Amino acid sequence: MPEPSTVHHPLYQLKRTPFHARTSQLCLPHNWRRWGGCIAAGSYDLGLDREYWAIRNHAALIDVSPLMKYEIEGPDAARLLDKVIPRNVQKLAVGQVYYTAWCDDDGKMLDDGTVTRLDEQRYRLTAAEPQLRWLALNAVGFDVRVRELTEQVAALSLQGPKSRPILNRCCGTPVDDLRYFRMAPNTIDGRPVTISRTGYTGDLGYEIWMDAADALPIWDSLLRDGHDHGITPCGILAMDMARVEAGLFMLDVDYTAAHHAWIGGQKSSPYEMGLGWTVALDKPGYFVGRRALEREQREGSTYRFVGIEVDWESLERAYASVGLPPQIPGMAVRGSLPIYRAGRQVGYASTSTWSPLLKKYIALAHVERPHFEPGTNVTIEITVEHRRRQATARVVALPFYEPEWKKK
Amino acid sequence: MASYTFDAIVIGAGHNGLIAACYLARAGRKVVVLERRDIVGGAAVTEEIFPGYRFSEFSYVVSLLRPEIIRDLELPRHGLKILPLPSTVTPLDNGDYLAGWDDHDLTRREIYRHSPLDAEAYDEYSRVMARAAKAIKPIIGLVPPDPSSLGWRDLKGLLKLGRFGASLSETELYRISKLVTQSSADLLEEWFELDALKGTKAASGIIGTFLGPRSPGTAYVLLHHYMGEIDGAFRAWGFAKNGTGGVTAAIASSARALGVEIRTGAAVDKVVVKGGRAAGVALANGDEYEAKVVLSAADPKRSFLQFVDPQHFPDEFVEALRNFRVRGSSGKVNIALSELPQFTCLPGEGPLHRGAVSISPSIDYVERAYDDAKYGQFSRQPYMDIIFPSMIDRDMAPPGHHVMSCFVQYAPYDIEGGWDDAKREAFGETVIATIEKYAPNIRRAIVGKQVITPKDIERIAGITGGNIFHGELLLHQLFFLRPAPQWADFRTPLPGYYFGAAGAHPGGGVMGAAGKMAAEEVLQDWRK
Repeated sequence: MPEPSTVHHPLYQLKRTPFHARTSQLCLPHNWRRWGGCIAAGSYDLGLDREYWAIRNHAALIDVSPLMKYEIEGPDAARLLDKVIPRNVQKLAVGQVYYTAWCDDDGKMLDDGTVTRLDEQRYRLTAAEPQLRWLALNAVGFDVRVRELTEQVAALSLQGPKSRPILNRCCGTPVDDLRYFRMAPNTIDGRPVTISRTGYTGDLGYEIWMDAADALPIWDSLLRDGHDHGITPCGILAMDMARVEAGLFMLDVDYTAAHHAWIGGQKSSPYEMGLGWTVALDKPGYFVGRRALEREQREGSTYRFVGIEVDWESLERAYASVGLPPQIPGMAVRGSLPIYRAGRQVGYASTSTWSPLLKKYIALAHVERPHFEPGTNVTIEITVEHRRRQATARVVALPFYEPEWKKK
Repeated sequence: MASYTFDAIVIGAGHNGLIAACYLARAGRKVVVLERRDIVGGAAVTEEIFPGYRFSEFSYVVSLLRPEIIRDLELPRHGLKILPLPSTVTPLDNGDYLAGWDDHDLTRREIYRHSPLDAEAYDEYSRVMARAAKAIKPIIGLVPPDPSSLGWRDLKGLLKLGRFGASLSETELYRISKLVTQSSADLLEEWFELDALKGTKAASGIIGTFLGPRSPGTAYVLLHHYMGEIDGAFRAWGFAKNGTGGVTAAIASSARALGVEIRTGAAVDKVVVKGGRAAGVALANGDEYEAKVVLSAADPKRSFLQFVDPQHFPDEFVEALRNFRVRGSSGKVNIALSELPQFTCLPGEGPLHRGAVSISPSIDYVERAYDDAKYGQFSRQPYMDIIFPSMIDRDMAPPGHHVMSCFVQYAPYDIEGGWDDAKREAFGETVIATIEKYAPNIRRAIVGKQVITPKDIERIAGITGGNIFHGELLLHQLFFLRPAPQWADFRTPLPGYYFGAAGAHPGGGVMGAAGKMAAEEVLQDWRK
């Protein structure tokens, strides 16, 4: 009789990131989450406080390796990207990074991510979902090579006001001159990395891209050199709170990819998501979704992605009426909450969170025209002791929080 | 001699004064804040005592800063961040320790290690205290009604109180009655067997009072600590970014944005009275400011016995203020360090350094510390609440270096023979020697130390008696008795003169409630 196996076959396991040997040692609550087929630490500490405040006051080290990464290389690389993203890739300089959405031909968003120009004919695209097939379909007739590097390239996000002094101590070249949404090659522990001044927290921050084989020594170097500046490994749950404060949305949480949607109402356009600024209608020629986006730009959008600030006193009153202090989870909640105005539903919140910094309960929401103007008074559904109630709230412009040093 | 005209003058740029000014300015009033020192903040200041090392010189934790004040004044936009201070570790004389972590399961396991019974009792105790705190919390936000008055507002307030009383179950009512009369030692002995647990809990009941854990009335102060607890994740309890001065810097920035003028180096000498009303203030330098109202955020003694001639107040009011107890009982030692203190009970750098270390091995230890103070000495073995601000906010010290804040009790204001340099030095040495027992490397790590006695609190921060709450949190000095009977509604017997600081309801801690409520009363009188 064969012995029963005590270990699962690797093919039955979710993927592990190149930092797993370190992150798995540190993850006290074992609260692993799924991200792009990988397991990602929800948090390392038993609570989220320390990691959240590392983002806002010191520096948080976040393993973002599960991001999908593609390298697009060749004489037609820029032409391909110019076709598939609405921003003007001809204007993207070497060492510059674009944040962008991209759409189907109906102008509805498929995904969002960054495009980095690594050198003259080489670009890196990051995405939340696999994009290889879509890129390949669009690349027909172009002299270009598309390679997926998701597993070959490991990535760390170092976010927080102390991220710069830490990198200055840790890197071969100081990062003082690296501007917002720029990228430059560097070294850490003598190993080549590229560092982009990007992130998902709305604070000062950098993302460090490296060969997966160098992942562990670079993690160790950062933790060692960052110690005196309060570097703190941080999971994705604290990042989720920070990204709501920063007004940043997440695929499959705050919007649905157009090709995953069952019905039109589930789709979103860049204009609706507040990314009108990424749609370069002034660039020459066709790009995917152009005609639909031109029409929407002309006619205006039905929805807008906005911030909602819940009136805390009203929340307190709602709970006090059953004799309770407010019961709000100390983490971001990914659940739809209806938003009403004058008794009629005018939208829904897709992510809500308590903001420890602002001392406010805030939400990201899709709100119908014309109720999406900042200052509009609305109500939002809350559940108090199993009963649905409404708390008063206000539409506000995004982001909720943007420190002055983010872009400096 | 210059003269200026405003709607309102606020005396003192501590957090309460600044908050009062903000609320008045938000209502469109022209407001000036006059501050005696060259910096704003009062007792909530951060100063670079040694080059590169910054200290929350006096008040060092933000306890109950009202979240609605944070939102109303948009303090986060003005730089306010309140960082978590998650744990308390009590080193024991046998080389072990007792810790309260910020995780329920860890804390339970920790207490269980010492006493399985106490581990369960602790859960139940926390629930009972949180419920009692929730029950009395509405009172904090209430302008105290005067039970002897028949005015409509007092009646309304009393009605609210009555309704509140009626809303309590019998058990809750008995429990609260006990809580407001018991000593913290008696309360804790009903619950626990662990000396270190009782000592550490009891210590929080004596902070800022001139009482020991066996003195009646101290149980109530314990309750105050659960006020923040019931707000859970929404609490504003912790260490402010850039120290406590970070709080007042944010409020001052918000005040300026609202059009408040803040003048430092402007020491008020007298409140000017014209036609039986407060009409302005005269500064020590001879400048005069005119205004419709004057709001003092200084301590009660200064506000009523120094700024205003007694002739303007009824004699029983003057008498009540003269008898108001403001005995300073605590000191502070701020230490700059080249390395972290290594505690023998938990060696290495760890979670201990991110929270508080409490020197309170037993109730007897704390009570003995009080015995010394009762007879005019500082404690030879003092109770201490220690934090390492540089571990919570790295900007408090140069990279790799640290600052340490030691709150020390008891250090009586009226020490036998009076405070002098030699006594201050001896007090500092006692503190270092006490820490050294638990963290032997402390002495070699010291780069500099600042020793603050109650006399220094009085001299630098301008708080009479050096009491950190501007007046002890004694039952006979709380609610409608704070600062004096009939005058707990932020008004004073002198029309046009208001009072909104820690010496008023609901008391001390960087809470801001008094400043806010006083400003609201001023605005209400203006509407009349």
